[in-house]
Parts: sequence; C-alpha cells; structure tokens
Amino acid sequence: MRIVIGEGSCGIAAGASKIRSAIENLLCKGENLSIGTTGCIGMCFLEPIVDIYEGKKLLKRLVKVGEKDAKAIVDAVRTGDFSGVDYITISAEDEQFLEKQTRIALRHCGIIDPTSIEDYCAFGGYGAFEKTIKTMTPEEVIEEIKISGLAGRGGAGFPTWFKWNAAKNSRTEGKKYLICNADEGDPGAFMDRAVIESDPHGLIEGMLIGAYAIGAAEMTVYVRAEYPLAIKHLEEAIKQAKNHNLLGENILGTDFSCEMSIKAGAGAFVCGEETALIESLEGRRGMPRLKPPFPAQSGYMGEPSNINNVETFANVPWIIEKGGAAFAAMGTENSKGTKVFALTGKIKKGGLVEIPMGKTLREVIFEIGGGIREGKKIKAVQLGGPSGGCIPAELLDTVIDYNALAQTGAIMGSGGMVVMDESTCMVGMAKFFLDFTANESCGKCVHCRIGTKRMQEILTRIVKGEGRKGDVELLEELCEAVKEGSLCGLGQTAPNPVLTTIRYFRNEYDAHINEKRCPAKECSALLTYSVDAKKCVGCTLCARKCPAKAISGEIKKPHFINQAICIKCGQCEKSCRFGAISVR
Amino acid sequence: MNECRKNIPQSNLESLESVLAEYAAIPGSLITILQKTQEIYGYLPKDAVYHIAERVGAAPAEVMGVATFYSQFRLVPIGRYLIQICRGTACHVNGSERVAAAVSEYLGIKSGETTDDGLFTLENVACLGCCSLAPVIMINGEAYGNLTPEKAVSVLENLREKEGAL
Ligand SMILES: Cc1cc2nc3c(=O)[nH]c(=O)nc-3n(C[C@H](O)[C@H](O)[C@H](O)COP(=O)(O)O)c2cc1C
Ligand code: FES
Repeated sequence: MRIVIGEGSCGIAAGASKIRSAIENLLCKGENLSIGTTGCIGMCFLEPIVDIYEGKKLLKRLVKVGEKDAKAIVDAVRTGDFSGVDYITISAEDEQFLEKQTRIALRHCGIIDPTSIEDYCAFGGYGAFEKTIKTMTPEEVIEEIKISGLAGRGGAGFPTWFKWNAAKNSRTEGKKYLICNADEGDPGAFMDRAVIESDPHGLIEGMLIGAYAIGAAEMTVYVRAEYPLAIKHLEEAIKQAKNHNLLGENILGTDFSCEMSIKAGAGAFVCGEETALIESLEGRRGMPRLKPPFPAQSGYMGEPSNINNVETFANVPWIIEKGGAAFAAMGTENSKGTKVFALTGKIKKGGLVEIPMGKTLREVIFEIGGGIREGKKIKAVQLGGPSGGCIPAELLDTVIDYNALAQTGAIMGSGGMVVMDESTCMVGMAKFFLDFTANESCGKCVHCRIGTKRMQEILTRIVKGEGRKGDVELLEELCEAVKEGSLCGLGQTAPNPVLTTIRYFRNEYDAHINEKRCPAKECSALLTYSVDAKKCVGCTLCARKCPAKAISGEIKKPHFINQAICIKCGQCEKSCRFGAISVR
Repeated sequence: MNECRKNIPQSNLESLESVLAEYAAIPGSLITILQKTQEIYGYLPKDAVYHIAERVGAAPAEVMGVATFYSQFRLVPIGRYLIQICRGTACHVNGSERVAAAVSEYLGIKSGETTDDGLFTLENVACLGCCSLAPVIMINGEAYGNLTPEKAVSVLENLREKEGAL
C-alpha cells in the first residue's frame, strides 16, 4: 500500500508538507511503507488530501487531513483496517464532485506523481507523441486537430488547427518557435498552474506534438513568476524527458529534433497577450505589437512562432490517442470537447472543474459546486476575469459554449468562474476589475491608459457615494471609446466588466448614485450603523469593541452610535449578541 | 552619466559576476538577469542596474524601463517579512479589501512600503493561486488562508512578538 499526499500549491498552502513530515516521523527504520506525492486533484475545498493506493487502485481518499491524523493513517495502512480513518474519509456526496466531471486536460492531475516520468509513462504517457512522430505526417496531425474542433483555451477561442497550419506553411526552411502561454493572468484562475504542477509531462507531450506539426525545433514556456512550484516541476520534467531522448537531437531515433526551455515572467498581466509575451521573452517591456504581422509570420526573434495556452496543449495527446472525432463528440455545435474552470468565490465546493461544453452554468455551480455557502442566494457569476463579464442568476441556464456565453456580454475566458452572492456589490465588482486593468495597462495607447483611469475614477466616486447623475451614461460612452481605440485585447475587453454590470445590475448603480445606498451593504462609505433601542440591552460590548470609540451609553440602557465618528468597520454588528445593530 | 552615479551606495557587485557570465551574451536575457540579481540582493541596487546595463550593452534607462515595468522588481530593499496580500477576484469576493485595510492600518504602511523597523514589507499581488482558501495572504512564501481582518492582525502581532518588537 502507498500513502500519496496531494502536494500541489493549494495542498501545501493548506498544510500538506506538515502532514508529510508527521507521517514520515511515525515510520520505523526500514519499514516497507511507501509515501508518494501527487499534484492537485482539484478538490481544493477538501485540502489537504491524502490518498491510499494499492497499485493503481485508490482504496481510500482522506480529506481535510491534519497533522494529528497522521497516526491513524499510518495505523490503517499498517493493519489494512481502515475503520480508524473513517472520520476523515471523503463523503459520498463530495465524491460526486469528481464523478460528475469529464477529465481530459486534467486526466492525470492528482493521480500521477508529477516528478516521475516513469509514472507518466505507466499511464500511457508519450504514447501519443511516439505515434505522432513514427506514423503521422504533420498534415495528418493538423487534420486530426481540425476534426477534434479544439479551440484555444487561453481566452480567444481561435481554432488551434488553423494557427498550426499557418505556422507550418509560413516557411519551410529556417527556425520556428513553439511557445506556451502559461502567464495565467486572470486573477481568479489557476487551472494552468495545476496542469503544469501536476502533469508537466502532459504539457511537454502536447507541445512536442505541436512542434512536430508546425516544424519547430525550439519550444519555450512562459510561466508566471508567482508559480515557483510549477516552474520547479517543469524544469525537472524537461530534464527527465531529455534523458529519455524525448527532447534533444533525433528524438526516439527519428530525424525530428527539438529543444525546450522555460522563461519566468516578471509580473505583468499584459504579457499574457501574445505579442506582448514575445516582447517580454525578448527581454523588453511587455508592450503589445501591432498585428499584422501575426506571430505565425514574424514572432519571437522575428521568426515564425505559434503560441498556445497550457490547457490547449494538455488536450492534444488525448486527441491524438483517441482520435479527433472522440473529442468532437463532446460539446455543442461550435464548441467541442471539455473546458476546465477554476470555481471559486462564494461557492461551497471550490476547485477545478472540467466538464464537456454544453453543460449549463447552473449544473456546474449547483450540481458540482454544491451551490452557495451559508445558504445565501446566488447573484451572479463572473467569467473571463478582467476581460469578461458578470452573468446574472437569471441567466444561469446559459450553456457553456463560446457563442452562448458571448451573447450574455461575458466570454468563455481562460476559465475563471467566480460565484457571487447577494452580499457582493456589483458596482464594487466593476471597480475591482477596473482598478486591475487601469493598473495593468501598459500605457502604450491613450484610450487604454487614460480611458481605464477615468472609468476607474468614476467608479470610485460612485462607491464612495459621490456619484453624479449621468455617470452611468458617461461610463458607457467611455466603454465604447476604450473598446474602439485600444490596440490590444487588454483595452478592448477592459470595459466588459463595467458594461455587463450596467446591463444586468443598473439598479445597483442607480441606488449608489441617486439614493447613496449600497444594496449589497458592501460599500462601507454608504453604510449607516445604528442601534435598535428596543433590542439593545445595554451590555456595553459594542462600545468596548468599537475601535473608534463612537458608541456611548450607560450600562443596561440603550446605546447610541455617533455617526460623525463611526468608521463603519462593522465590529459592533459582529459583536452584538442581541441583533440590535442594524445596517442600512 | 558619472554625474548620476554619484551618491549611489556601493553594493558588492562581485556576486553578480556568475550571472552576467552566464547570461550577458545571450540576447533577450535582460529579465532573467534582473531576476537573478534580485535573488542575490533581495532588490535591484542602483549600481547593479548601471553595471548590468554596461555589461549587456544597453542604456541604463532601458534597463530601468524594464525593471519598472514588471511588478516583480523592487528598487528598494525589503523587510524581514514580505507580506503579500492577494487582491485576486476570489479573495476580493471573500473580503480581501477589509483584510488589506486592517493590515495596512496595523503596520502603518501602504502597499510597496516597508516599516521603519525594517520588519515588514507590504505588497499587493494578483491571485496567489489558493483561491479556495480566500482571502489569503502570504508571508515569506507561507500562505495563511480563510482570514478575517482580526485573524490577519493577530498573525502579524505574533510575528512582532517573536521578533521582540512589541
Ligand atoms: C490582456 C490579455 C491577457 C491574456 N492573458 C492570457 C493568459 O494569461 N494565458 C493565455 O493562455 N492567454 C492569454 N491571453 C490570450 C493570448 O493572447 C492568446 O490568445 C492565447 O495565448 C493563444 O492560445 P490559445 O489559442 O491556445 O488560446 C491574453 C490576452 C490578452 C489580450
Ligand atoms: S484570488 Fe486570492 S488566491 Fe486566488
């Protein structure tokens, strides 16, 4: 039996390393009990997770494990009697979280040991690549990808085969580059990180197939600097692949040769845009270039280059192995295969969810994600991060499909899915994204640089209760101008969070501007805390808790909040045991 | 140029040699060089920036341009504890704004600043990738999740106590 610990970033953040050492400390010298490691299974809400395997068979999945559980785990494995770990065994209901998914890009995540090429190969790894270079022509590879209907998972959803074909045909002699975009800029998405951390060989294999198809002899992965574990696992995997002659000269005895390297980003959202990414790879400020020429004609170092997202590549070996038709059998008319989402926010069961296209948002949020925490009501779901939009609860039956989502004003995006409940202020949400884009605008074009700044200022005054009549119309006008006048996708899509919140939650804008009221009770500048004299028993607790000393009153008599001093921190409301503090 | 270089404190540039030897000649390596430099000094000392510019054959302004474009690079030294406050979407929805405000008020510094005693540096970052533990802060690489303003402040109080600064 093997004890396997989930040591992806979120597992570690939840304390996986401490559990590992607690278990290791319990083992006797020479004891024949192996402890393995795996990446992220995607059930972040249950981390830390420890699995017990017999060969490839999962016997037990233990969840929310703590250091104190180490002894019970070791005992169970020693004796084969699992009754002692029943209390931390995953519930049948939580098991559904995985059972309701269809995993292609994440097929190995949380199952294999990401630090071992042998483990990857034991699961059929590199079989698709071997088949590719030994039995298929580049044209056949591209044809298979075309049949699959695979579209870019980085956000834009452009057909992958088309890009590959353009890069392949751009020239027959000379250098070409294949680049993987692992910048994962959407602040609320983490599936690319999970794939690299948990299945680095899956990415390498997908890239190798792409490199063969377009005729590239060099591959580079541009990874966010904030992902140190992903970089570490990928570095190790590249070394292992070289030792197995899967990278380098004359791979597997064929005349195909290919090198691979990693470049760490340095923290700039705009570098996710492909031409900015190329600038950054070349060591400069990551400012987008004018297109055309497209990267397929002139990209990295002026040579033809093809850029794809991590998840896009992660699908490729599966497609080659099972055939494009199997992939195309899933999904809708114009969106094929599966999509991974990072489900977060006010959701009960947050984590990574991979489902076939064509499921509805409601199915993902309620059937897999278990609905909203604390029994609250869902208000909206945000897709596509700073480039995307908020879809209101009424439209939760929208199917996950590039066109259907675009019709709502949001986008499929790279996979961030942030769920919001009634306590989230939608104007505040729009401001949050504009703060982000205004800060991340590279400054190259006026509309993006100044337009986002002005929008941010207007939103800031609205949430502060200083909104003016006509601000919404002004925002709409600015949105159109920024969309029209920006060079790259950052500016072109930056208005989306504002436009969708105006479209679906105009009432919240109006309440802020006209009534100086925040319906979600989130914008602190607009809140008024007061004591309900009928309920207040004069226990003095709130007065003692108030950091601003704004509450006065005699013991056993109703208290009073001095609005001029109140800093609206909400401490009194939280501390009152009689529900006597009301917020308006 | 010599005018501008007056009054710059001198760093030990020798430790930079191996980095420059490895990368200076490779085109497009400026970001990598700056990252390695920051690994050595914890920030980008001004004289190191001039030195790098000279060695890669770029204008100092060009190197500064890159250094200031990317949020990873720092031009001032950091405190003993680097506190990274996640301002990602999931953390925002779960109340990171209040956590950030409480931490900022407790330490008396804004994002990008360091406390006078050199103990804490505050930094806002986009998504730390632990969204399911939102709101999250990371202190010297260790994540603290499911925070409230009070919990965050008590984590810092403990650190201060440990450092005997209370
Ligand atoms: C501002 C901006 C940020 C982007 N960030 C990312 C990113 O983090 N990851 C990504 O794969 N694509 C990102 N993209 C999309 C890329 O430009 C590009 O379309 C994608 O990497 C192509 O790969 P795909 O065809 O496999 O999707 C971004 C685009 C823009 C305009
Ligand atoms: S949004 Fe904070 S960790 Fe992702």
